[in-house]
Amino acid sequence: MSNVAEFPLLSLILFTPLAGAIVLLFVNHQSTDKIRWIANIVAGIGFLVSLPLWFWYEPRGTQWQFVERLSWIPSIGADYFLGVDGFSALLVLLATMMGSIAILSSWTAITERVKEYYVFLLLLQTGMIGAFVALDALLFFLFWEVMLVPMYFLIGIWGSDRRLYSAIKFFLYTLVGSVVMLLGLLAIYFEHQAITGIYSFDITRFHGLDLPVDLQWWVFLALFLGFAVKVPMFPFHTWLPDAHTDAPTAGSVILAAVLLKMGTYGFIRFSLPILPEATATFVPMVVTLSIIGIIYGALVALAQRDWKRLVAYSSVSHMGLVMLGMFALTPVGITGSIVQQLNHGISTGALFLIVGIVYERRHTREIAEYGGLSKVMPVYAVIFLIMTLSSIGLPTLNGFIGEILILQGVFVVNKMWAAVAATGIVLGAAYMLWLYQRTMFGNIENPKNKSLPDLNAREVATFVPLIVLAFWIGLYPAPFLNRLESSVTYVMSHVNSTYAPQNVEAAVDMQVRGQ
Amino acid sequence: MEIIWLIPLLPGIGAAVTGLFGIRFFSKAQTAFVACTSMALAALLSIYAFVQLLALPAEARVYFVVVAPWIPAIPLETAGGIGEFAVDWGFRLDPLSGMMILIVSGIGLLIHLYSTSYMHGESSGGYARFFCYLNLFCSFMLTLVLGSNFLVMFVGWEGVGLCSYLLIGFWYHKQSATDAGKKAFLVNRIGDWGFVLGIFLVFFTFGTIDFEEVMVSAAAMPIEAAGFGVISLICLLLFIGATGKSAQIPLYVWLPDAMEGPTPVSALIHAATMVTAGVYMVCRSATLFTHAPMVMTGVAIIGALTALMAASIGLLQTDIKRVLAYSTVSQLGYMFLATGVGAFGAAAFHLMTHAFFKALLFLGSGSVIHAMDEEQDMRAMGGLKLYMPVTFVTMLVGTLAIAGIPPFAGFFSKDEILFQTFLHNRALWVIAVLTAGMTSFYMFRLMAMTFYGKYRGPAWKSAAVGHDGADHHGADAGEDADDGHGTWHGPHESPAPMTGTLMALAIGAIVAGFVGIPAALGGSNAIEHFLEPSFVVSADHDVGEASGVALAGAGGEHEVSHGMELGLMILSIFVALGGLALAHRLYLKQPELAGAWKARWAGVHQLLFNKYYVDEMYQSTVVRGTMSGGRGLWRFDRRVVDGAVNGSSWLTLVSSWCSGLFDRYVVDGAVNLVGWSVSESSFSLRRIQTGLIQNYALTMLIGVFVFVSLYLLVG
Repeated sequence: MSNVAEFPLLSLILFTPLAGAIVLLFVNHQSTDKIRWIANIVAGIGFLVSLPLWFWYEPRGTQWQFVERLSWIPSIGADYFLGVDGFSALLVLLATMMGSIAILSSWTAITERVKEYYVFLLLLQTGMIGAFVALDALLFFLFWEVMLVPMYFLIGIWGSDRRLYSAIKFFLYTLVGSVVMLLGLLAIYFEHQAITGIYSFDITRFHGLDLPVDLQWWVFLALFLGFAVKVPMFPFHTWLPDAHTDAPTAGSVILAAVLLKMGTYGFIRFSLPILPEATATFVPMVVTLSIIGIIYGALVALAQRDWKRLVAYSSVSHMGLVMLGMFALTPVGITGSIVQQLNHGISTGALFLIVGIVYERRHTREIAEYGGLSKVMPVYAVIFLIMTLSSIGLPTLNGFIGEILILQGVFVVNKMWAAVAATGIVLGAAYMLWLYQRTMFGNIENPKNKSLPDLNAREVATFVPLIVLAFWIGLYPAPFLNRLESSVTYVMSHVNSTYAPQNVEAAVDMQVRGQ
Repeated sequence: MEIIWLIPLLPGIGAAVTGLFGIRFFSKAQTAFVACTSMALAALLSIYAFVQLLALPAEARVYFVVVAPWIPAIPLETAGGIGEFAVDWGFRLDPLSGMMILIVSGIGLLIHLYSTSYMHGESSGGYARFFCYLNLFCSFMLTLVLGSNFLVMFVGWEGVGLCSYLLIGFWYHKQSATDAGKKAFLVNRIGDWGFVLGIFLVFFTFGTIDFEEVMVSAAAMPIEAAGFGVISLICLLLFIGATGKSAQIPLYVWLPDAMEGPTPVSALIHAATMVTAGVYMVCRSATLFTHAPMVMTGVAIIGALTALMAASIGLLQTDIKRVLAYSTVSQLGYMFLATGVGAFGAAAFHLMTHAFFKALLFLGSGSVIHAMDEEQDMRAMGGLKLYMPVTFVTMLVGTLAIAGIPPFAGFFSKDEILFQTFLHNRALWVIAVLTAGMTSFYMFRLMAMTFYGKYRGPAWKSAAVGHDGADHHGADAGEDADDGHGTWHGPHESPAPMTGTLMALAIGAIVAGFVGIPAALGGSNAIEHFLEPSFVVSADHDVGEASGVALAGAGGEHEVSHGMELGLMILSIFVALGGLALAHRLYLKQPELAGAWKARWAGVHQLLFNKYYVDEMYQSTVVRGTMSGGRGLWRFDRRVVDGAVNGSSWLTLVSSWCSGLFDRYVVDGAVNLVGWSVSESSFSLRRIQTGLIQNYALTMLIGVFVFVSLYLLVG
């Protein structure tokens, strides 16, 4: 841990939203505009203070950067231990950016219990950032659980329709998964003590463990349940459409863009490097579930009449692709998987914002209620089109980079997997273009849509960063990919000896000499 | 030549300007100026680059530019050990791409000019939107042809698909238009499935996706004459992609529907440029295909069958644009037939001549439709040559060219394909000649129904009436505001930008063939010699006898005497004249005969008229199957997958209720009401946790959480 920062940047990023939430507690709950301004400013500051993660992160530097370490519960060996690699740095940036976008998007949508709403959103923000920056397993688990509570209230109080059912379902489902996951983490903890004689929750130490294979097997399954529920993977996905459909717009945006990444983050941070043998054993199972998820999610999305539920099922399909790329266990596949996590955050986050905008105007998500909107809302139509294209992986936009890397990375391992998974791309275009046609094209049949106002400046502002990122990643992804290189190499060195650094260098050398 | 990357960028900038500012702020003239200027600059730059290319010695005519890295190198396994997956924004100028940029930017510019007049009825916002899409299309099409690796080509490939989608559905209030756009995109996506897998396999096999490196490596590999090896699989997958973009069996169904778009779009995208991308891609991968003879045979068969099938459907269509659409499918079939028999030069030659005469025919039909007040049914036309002489004469030139009457352009290129096919496979040659006869027939039928005979269209108000009663005219103009022409005064010749474009293209349709006059007629077949370096990897890369084989074309002519070639030419001229004569007889001289034939072969007539029912078949199998699969899985998801979740929560509730009863009645009153409720909740929570966790801290957390939530939700 050479790169210990003199300045506790990660703590600052982590506690800015929390501090904002505490400030909000002291504001009169009736001065709603003041509350909104404070929440937006805090979120904006939260994003600004996270920017050094982009500019100061050194792609060729040490594995863990911006490290902070304090003793937390010495009796059990738990530390307040923070640090990021390229992967988690990008996820933190995604969280702070999507967090401020979500808060900005709620300005007029939320009119009741405004204070509590923003307090919960900011708390959620701290929980998510904490899970990404914690390098101590217990601390990770703490933040993992902290996230649940504000999300539960966001859905349960500010949601629509069957919000209580959805909120409880979300909470219990994730809780069941996380409790089993905790068992898995504890098993690693005790085994670590048995091997080294030290009680520690240090994740980087866990990475160095050589666990017995049969234990790995059980731990993998335990962690799998926790992470797979969160991703969500087929067949653990049914909480997601309900939670998304009934959550308020900002909740859906955060849920899709950041919360789902907890699962995939967990796989890459815990399962793959700590349990390499078990990972290899379970590749067929995970790949099968992923491929089912890709096609199943897409087909079910095709059958939806509810705009938001359609986007939710598209998430199931996209996250299946993310999991598939990861479990190809090739550098290109994992890089693609991580890029696609960011892409999914950008494009699906944007798609939920897009639904939210018409929902706020019309209070219905029924696709059949719309049609011909591009006549009255041309700016909206353009943004929706760009995000649709991003979601279906059109080249020059971000989704393409993720898809092509994932599928190429999978292809070299197994051609059939890639061939079957690629059909999801055809289906993805089908449900998205059909949705676009049904909502945007045609004549306005429904008189209620005749006078829908187009986007205002605030609404446009929520999309601008997402559109910029979509083109940036699509046209010039190198800055992102460079930041991921060390993370991917690190995971690969644990999980797939073919790509151990010395092998790769030797092979490349040989090729260079050959030419 | 260092700046060839500017060629695709310029129309891209034009698209950005018209899209971002034009839709809101520009007048139509300003939009037209920006769009046409950016295209004109791209065309000038293309000519400049092409001239520079010509100045080089023949064997050195290739030029690469890497603008920036796109995907930086990441290690990845390949067939030959660990390699690196890396992609550059790289562009490549060689004879093939040089010819293509001239076609795309040249015809693109002409169609921009034509559209300034054709689209004049749109609002200024719609006008700018149209030119934004059209510019964007040219930008992507130029990227497609200039890309130096498969992935940059794929960027253009998908980009033109997007623009095609947007332009087919340009009139987005029409359900049929947006349906057609969606269909085009999705059918193309099916092809893309094959294309991307082909690219993946290229990388896996060769460790690179750069055209030059792949072709050099492939040239060193043995020809897969005996079996179906990895190169054959690559070629098959790439060809699946080509069948989508270039509308071949079984993925041709989107192209006829694409005629929902404005006619200049049909001319540019769905005739001259985008649909030839598949042919271009196969030509670009010529070295791969020559190493996969089985796939080559398949390509030739698919090409020939598509040519025949589409031509036979074209025989009976009554919509003027649909005839041309099926004709395009059929002509693309010819091009694939040529690539399949190894005559890549002939395919590219026909691609070039076809771009001229088919763009001409489409724009001519646009002129007719314009004159007939948006009427597309040829049964309501007739005798139009009196009213629109320029359109008539130029379309006649296009018809003579496509029918293969010398000395028009189509004669030379089509005859080259027929001749090469004859050398390779007599059965396919018979199909191709039959198709040539049909082509001639349906084209002269189109001319006869449109321009000859009696006028069969609706009557019109004479111009004088319209000018007399000012308020009457105003009312009509309001009604017809959509098409912007006001009262229709009967068929009329189109304005100068349109007729000018027609004349320019007609000149092209006359002279374009002269670059490929075969040796048998005293020419030198210059175009094929010029293009050859693009298809054969140059000699210093050759390893063994593997390369430079199976490539018909200029070299193949020695096998047969010029006399034989001349004989075949005369035969095909007679076939074309036969088609003409039959059309003349059925539609002008003895129209009653057409009805008699229709009655006599009613079954065949039905089959052809209904396009072999292929659309209906796809609808009832693929589309309906997918949709009902989706609905079935949605039910499964709610009832089974989610049912299991809800079922387990129900079981938890029931068991906690039972244990509550147990507590209440068996642990006989020892627990009071408060205690009971506490125990019930703890039991249920413990059930949820499957009894595995005894974490007091967590229980406390949940307790706090329950109270807070009760407070917030109920209070």
